[in-house]
Amino acid sequence: MTTEQVFASTIERDQRVEPRDWMPDGYRRTMIRQIAQHAHSEIIGMQPEGEWITRAPSLRRKAILLAKVQDEAGHGLYLYSAAETLGADRGDLTRRLIEGRQKYSSIFNYPTRTFADVGVIGWLVDGAAICNQVPLCRSSYGPYARAMIRICKEESFHQRQGYELLMTMMRGTPEQRAMVQDATDRWWWPSLMMFGPPDADSPNTAQSMAWKVKRHTNDELRQRFVDMTVPQAEALGVTLPDPELAWNAERGHYDFGTPDWAELKRVISGDGPLNAQRIAHRRRADEEGAWVREAAAAHAAKRATGRAAT
Amino acid sequence: MTEQIRHEWPLFEVFVRAKRGLNHVHVGSLRAADHRMALHHARDLYTRRNEGVSIWVVRSDDVASSGPGDKEAFFEPSADKAYRHPTYYAIPDSVPHI
Ligand SMILES: [Fe+2]
Ligand SMILES: [Fe+2]
Repeated sequence: MTTEQVFASTIERDQRVEPRDWMPDGYRRTMIRQIAQHAHSEIIGMQPEGEWITRAPSLRRKAILLAKVQDEAGHGLYLYSAAETLGADRGDLTRRLIEGRQKYSSIFNYPTRTFADVGVIGWLVDGAAICNQVPLCRSSYGPYARAMIRICKEESFHQRQGYELLMTMMRGTPEQRAMVQDATDRWWWPSLMMFGPPDADSPNTAQSMAWKVKRHTNDELRQRFVDMTVPQAEALGVTLPDPELAWNAERGHYDFGTPDWAELKRVISGDGPLNAQRIAHRRRADEEGAWVREAAAAHAAKRATGRAAT
Repeated sequence: MTEQIRHEWPLFEVFVRAKRGLNHVHVGSLRAADHRMALHHARDLYTRRNEGVSIWVVRSDDVASSGPGDKEAFFEPSADKAYRHPTYYAIPDSVPHI
């Protein structure tokens, strides 16, 4: 068998491609791009919620939020680790992010205006992430699939803490209930956009499905998310801001309105509410941490030569 | 390689023993300046929820591995040594516990 045939049959038999296997350049490029983009999303995703750590209303909520944001950092690192198995370099990927040459999820370019946003992010944004990520646990690239399994185990805590936070607020004052509704109104459509453009407008989907890098189309996952979320909204007592949302008995799914795809394009191309701020923050963290990384490397080098001399 | 890339901390592979009685299992990699920092980072990154009772870190550069192309030389000879497997030997059913 030629290397191409070995690769094709690995995919065909639903086995995993591992780092040192031969793979087509396009597959390697696609995987690096997808994994890097995913890693960047986890890292940038720490910012909207991180802003609320010092302002959490109780020590309990602060500890929970801290743990959640720390998890997101961990997710980013699992994924950079997976990208490195393909020959990518972590430092180089960070530079690509900072220089705007690689993207991250559009969702993190929206502001977190109130503490209810923290709850809604856990419920809707982590909820949408779970929908996206569960099928990726069977992605054809082994290290990516294994990172996703680890991540999915942790996401359930993220979604549940968010929903519990919202339930608590819904039992509070009318102002608190209004905050939950307002946050839901602002995050609903951007959450639907997390699944990417509609299938008709997603040129890479077919190849990604053939390589089993992707297991479902954007629209399939979006539908699954809507179907999952509507009963949760009802249980919570909030209204999802879509007049077209209705159960369709014939399809066995909820019908829903069309997200503003022009807005998604704008936000992806860098013109969202907070794109510039998010990247500036990431750049500052990288620059301000540089001396620590250099000092640690110098210290390690010195200890290593000291040991060699004795 | 640019100057900056060379300043990156080296890569370490991380192995975690989930509980006593089990082997250490590879869980991923991380960057650290030295072994001690790698252990601390491994603890923060891979064992936030009692995933383990013991951690090993190994410089990725120090790992030697067989390649996918070595399959024949490494793994195929075992296929024609059927006598290494217990089922190779015919023992009457009447003989107990063997
Ligand atoms: Fe995450
Ligand atoms: Fe999460």
